[in-house]
Amino acid sequence: MTAKLSASELTLIRGETCLFQDLGFALNPGELLLLEGQNGSGKTSLMRSIAGLLSLETGEIFWNDEPVSRQRQEFHGSLVWLAHRTGLKGDLTLVENLRFEGILRPQADVDQGAIFERLEISRLKSLPLRSLSAGQQRRVALARMLLADVPLWLMDEPFTNLDRDGRKLVVQLVEEHLEAGGMCVMAAHQDIDINATINRVAL
Amino acid sequence: MWKFFHHLTSPPHYYRVGATLIPWLAIPGLALIAYGTYAGLFLASEDYQQGDAFRIIYVHVPAAYLSMLAYAFMAFGGGIGLIWRMKLAHAVGAAAAPLGAAFTFLALVTGAIWGRPMWGTWWEWGDPRLTSELILLFLYFGYMALRSSIDDTAKADKASAVLALVGVVNVVIVHYSVEWWSSLHQGQTLFKKGGPGMDADMLYPLLAMIFGFTLLFGALLARRIRTEVLFRERRTRWVRELVLAPEGGK
Amino acid sequence: MTSTNPQQPGIFAGLAAIARRDILLAWKRPGDVLNPLFFFAMVCTLFPLAVGPSAEQLIFSGPGVLWVAALLATLLSLNTLFMSDHEDGSLDQMLVSPQPLPVLALGKTLAHWLISGLPLVLISPLLALTYRMPGDVVGVLMLTLLLGTICLSLLGSIGAALTVGLHTGTALLSLLILPLAMPVLLLGANTVSLAAGNDIYATGIWALGAYAVAALSLAPYATAAALRISSE
Repeated sequence: MTAKLSASELTLIRGETCLFQDLGFALNPGELLLLEGQNGSGKTSLMRSIAGLLSLETGEIFWNDEPVSRQRQEFHGSLVWLAHRTGLKGDLTLVENLRFEGILRPQADVDQGAIFERLEISRLKSLPLRSLSAGQQRRVALARMLLADVPLWLMDEPFTNLDRDGRKLVVQLVEEHLEAGGMCVMAAHQDIDINATINRVAL
Repeated sequence: MWKFFHHLTSPPHYYRVGATLIPWLAIPGLALIAYGTYAGLFLASEDYQQGDAFRIIYVHVPAAYLSMLAYAFMAFGGGIGLIWRMKLAHAVGAAAAPLGAAFTFLALVTGAIWGRPMWGTWWEWGDPRLTSELILLFLYFGYMALRSSIDDTAKADKASAVLALVGVVNVVIVHYSVEWWSSLHQGQTLFKKGGPGMDADMLYPLLAMIFGFTLLFGALLARRIRTEVLFRERRTRWVRELVLAPEGGK
Repeated sequence: MTSTNPQQPGIFAGLAAIARRDILLAWKRPGDVLNPLFFFAMVCTLFPLAVGPSAEQLIFSGPGVLWVAALLATLLSLNTLFMSDHEDGSLDQMLVSPQPLPVLALGKTLAHWLISGLPLVLISPLLALTYRMPGDVVGVLMLTLLLGTICLSLLGSIGAALTVGLHTGTALLSLLILPLAMPVLLLGANTVSLAAGNDIYATGIWALGAYAVAALSLAPYATAAALRISSE
């Protein structure tokens, strides 16, 4: 194993059902790992396992050929996770939310304003997130992703709630991230059109 | 060595060993209890202060001691289960809790029955031991309630193990704080520290009862763990083969 | 991007940031802070109505009633400690953060104490006066409540973490926390009673202080472990 992020023999049992068995994958800089499957096939559970939130029945996930369980802090410092639930506070404004996020993980030295501009959320800065539409909240979550200085992006159904422009933007952002040597794990139930090396895991 | 240990604690292996273990615990345990009951009721002489009422210690003391031992089993099992991710250890915790609660309840009831002739009341708040025991009963209830409210067994195991470990630290604090509290209110205890020593004819039945109860507890625990293991492994092949076997799963 | 070595914010920054965020959230929803306080005042009002206004009885039972009311009010506010974080996914974000989880848990507990424990301590003299508590005893009451609410917030955070996402309401949380909280109640209320009876009460204060220090150093780890388990 020489991949940056890899896994072998993953088995996850939740309650009575076995979600996946003997699953493996490998991911290197510049590559996209696509988790494919229908609703309820275990994409989110696999994503949560990669993030280190679920304890696996068997198998291990490796980051730099070292088990993630033995370097949780370092691994978590290298990833940002766009989950189904955005993890943003509806009562706080965009700026207040992102200021807190800045403490949770390493931040890139980038122009915040330009990112907000690109995501078309700069005029929403002082509104509580509660008053934003679901798609706009997704864009805020994307801003959090762009502000983090991490190589690994975990994206769970990133196109949910986004309009056509938004979906196109996500594709662009991922392509740029991969070109810059980043990595992306994406769960999607639809076909996506991303210009990159794609490793697929079918669930 | 580690592998051997792992094999020993594997659920199917325990299921087989447990079956042979139970009679070895239960039979001497019941024999000791039978002797203790007879000797306690007929051979031991009357207490010069308490008369015949003291004879309830032959149930009360073992029950109170086991109520704490069961909690220790629960916490220890939980700790091992959390650290080494050993499934059998969690099953021990799950199996020990209702037993512990039952012994705690027994200790409380016998304490109350004892209190009636001694204090003239069924319940005396001033007694630190009874009060601690009551709090222990609530700790058991909390543990079992948490367990039953989590559907996923693995999750319930870990969450209740954390609770048991927090509780075991707390039991010690409860003990001392209640003792301090009752000393403020001139509490009265049934056993006085440094009081007159027990005569041999009173002591031996008590020791027999304590050992007998412990062995019986061991047998009951081993049996409950077997049931627990069978339930938890119900989807595995070895259980299916066991149940479908001609003898009906002996 | 991967070549730069990103600077990770320190743990005190994390502690302060999460506490600040929770206080800000409470500021935007003051009802969550005020309701337990009203509850505290209410329970203290119920008691004289139930047993009668005789001065002797009020003086005698004041410390106990105030302490039980404070315990129940704290319990009431604990239920929501991790609930909204669990529901909106920010708990998951904390779990995958390189910040040590016990520190984040401690930050949340600290915020909880500042917005629910401390106000309770501050309004307690008002209620103590209605129980005809003399001034110097009120001081002892406030000191015990100050230490006691710290203990209760820390203990409660373990229970809240164990029950987060279970939708069992306050009942299960109470069942888990009340037996654990009993020594705190016992030490707190009896210390005030001792002070009211002109007895030596320092032992109780020291014991509560020791409890608070022990809880401060151990509870965050238990809370963090419980949060990881509950989020599986």
